[in-house]
Amino acid sequence: MFYLDHAASSPLRPEAWEAMAPFREEIYGNPSGGHAVSRRAKNALEDARDLAAALLNADPLEIVFTGGGTEADNLAVKGSAFAAETPGGIVTAPVEHDAVLQSARFCGEAGRRLSLVKVDRDGLIDPDEVASHVASRTGVVSIMMGNNETGVRQPVEETVRAAKASNPSVSFHTDAVQGYVSERVDVDALGVDMLSLAAHKFGGPKGVGLLYVRSGTPLQPLIHGGGQELGRRSGTHNVMAAVGMAAAMAALEEDRDRFRARTAAERDSFESTLSALVPGVVFTAAEAPRMVQTSHVRIPGVLNEVLLVRLDAAGAAASAASACQSGAATVSHVLEAMGMTPAEARECLRFSFGWSTPAGEGAAAARLVAREVEALR
Amino acid sequence: MKVLVAMSGGVDSSVAAALVKESGWEVIGVTMKMWKGPGGEAPTAGCCTVADAEDARRVAAHLDIPYYVWDYTDEFMSGVVDVFIGDYLSGRTPNPCVECNRTVKFSRLLAHADALDCDAVVTGHYARITAEDGRRRLWRGVDPGKDQSYVLSMLGQDQLARLRFPVGELVKEETRRIAAELGIRTASKPDSQDICFVGRGDYRDFLAEQGVDSAPGPVLDRDGTVLGFHSGVSSFTIGQRRGLGVAVGARRYVIGIDPDTAAVTVGSAEDLEIEEAAVGGMSWVSGPVTGFLSAQYRAHGRAVMSEVSEAKGGGVRVRFSEPQRALACGQTLALYRGNEVVGGGIIESAA
Repeated sequence: MFYLDHAASSPLRPEAWEAMAPFREEIYGNPSGGHAVSRRAKNALEDARDLAAALLNADPLEIVFTGGGTEADNLAVKGSAFAAETPGGIVTAPVEHDAVLQSARFCGEAGRRLSLVKVDRDGLIDPDEVASHVASRTGVVSIMMGNNETGVRQPVEETVRAAKASNPSVSFHTDAVQGYVSERVDVDALGVDMLSLAAHKFGGPKGVGLLYVRSGTPLQPLIHGGGQELGRRSGTHNVMAAVGMAAAMAALEEDRDRFRARTAAERDSFESTLSALVPGVVFTAAEAPRMVQTSHVRIPGVLNEVLLVRLDAAGAAASAASACQSGAATVSHVLEAMGMTPAEARECLRFSFGWSTPAGEGAAAARLVAREVEALR
Repeated sequence: MKVLVAMSGGVDSSVAAALVKESGWEVIGVTMKMWKGPGGEAPTAGCCTVADAEDARRVAAHLDIPYYVWDYTDEFMSGVVDVFIGDYLSGRTPNPCVECNRTVKFSRLLAHADALDCDAVVTGHYARITAEDGRRRLWRGVDPGKDQSYVLSMLGQDQLARLRFPVGELVKEETRRIAAELGIRTASKPDSQDICFVGRGDYRDFLAEQGVDSAPGPVLDRDGTVLGFHSGVSSFTIGQRRGLGVAVGARRYVIGIDPDTAAVTVGSAEDLEIEEAAVGGMSWVSGPVTGFLSAQYRAHGRAVMSEVSEAKGGGVRVRFSEPQRALACGQTLALYRGNEVVGGGIIESAA
């Protein structure tokens, strides 16, 4: 069995599992309560917050736990667009994850000014072009770190500088749901005001994420209620999941060098083996800066939906990267924005590697893919 | 034996999947997503809903078979819906289910079955296929109330040889009983609509939703007298009585639609009567057949004894034993010998 879909979700790291074990019996209180049982939960939650903040070079009060990456993106985009102190305009890119893009469209329909920047054939934005869209009426710029489909790494640092040069009071958000998996994040070095993470992409549990919110960033909460997370995200905390996420972050940081070297080696041997065995295979954005764990390929003449079924039967889990609610592969808005035709997009597959990828899997998986492609051609 | 089962999420295809699985075959389940909302989102009501795909997914899990959803919304739009709209704009009455089976459903499924090393494609249609001396024969389903052979009448030997319709041997109550016995969650799910993408509404509402504008024009009597004006030809079908917008003493029916002048001609019930139809684009199950056959031109319509003769250009001339009302160009006409389908085509002209 080859698991080549880490970008969809990665297995739980043992460190996360162990960190959550006390929740089986010992820790069950509501962290907002006033007694010893609650205090145990509250302490666990705040320890997790301290740990996550330290790993991102942030202040603990700048960490907002959310119900995942999508919620973090929603809070960043809508929360900025509807904050009373900002003019509410949004600048983003057509290659963003739907969590950002659909949030931005929602704000656009609600009367906020929405500008979509252009991307080149690799899906890269141009920092100066982003800056040219940033005006006095812009409230937030959202540019992702690494693309979830193609693996392309956007020049976030330069874009922050360019955008702030156009309008120093603009808030800058980056969706680092994929980017953080392969790269250490220092929020000051990146220069961003907001940053989204999803735990299950790097070995934490599903259904938990966080939004880093730089102190002083205007933000309108989306979920109202008991005022948890300094009023930025109400609702009783998923303490166990937050603890699991922080533990996975610590494990990832500890594992960072090995992870980068290992997944890069597997990805590279996957690509070199595949290009030797499958004539005509094209690696998307191969010359652009890419995250180490992702390989996005187009195999001319082979429909992705058929190849994926064959791979599934042969014991390899990969994906077409963009799927609708019902699970059908759809023509990706990311590839469309990069200028691919719908017919080309239907020949694309994403293979993604992760912390649990065993040595040698890249080349072995490529041989299996080549065999199935051969059967189809 | 390895088969690909087209699963809609309804009870018929669920039971079809269960029956082939029970017979020991290796089964792959797929849902073909055909339709999407105007914004690209999966519809929540009507056909191809997320709930339908979820039902199919849960049934597949229950049967322990791999399951996939394939997106054919673009092909369905260009191959079926655009043709449907175009037919109404040119005064014809289309049958989108036949078009879908021919241009999207079976062609894609059979091509994909080959690519996945499957020997056959299985669907939940109520029709039967038998084999004799290496030839396939196509029959009405056992349940006369559910028979779907009409929408399959344009399939040929190549396709029939690789298709299986396991519920064609059952009546609907048996299908539901088997589903209930096997613990299939869709056992009591209501039957689907005839035209899936139009749903419960009128086709005119669908055309309006799609932003279809058709030419306004005059409403004429048989002798050319202008009786009034209408706001678009696509609102009319042959045989229509309501919504004509003209007030004349006797009952009036649409008897002609001219797409070039946008004129809609109305007449009496007798004017509507058709004795003969020219049918083109014939597809034969096992080669051309002429002589006395029964003809059916609606999915659940009655079959009429007819004399079928060869016509120029590969089509046939169908002379009905009794005059037919509300028969329109664009409709599929299926030909039967008893309960056996011998072929089908599209009505090109009627007199």
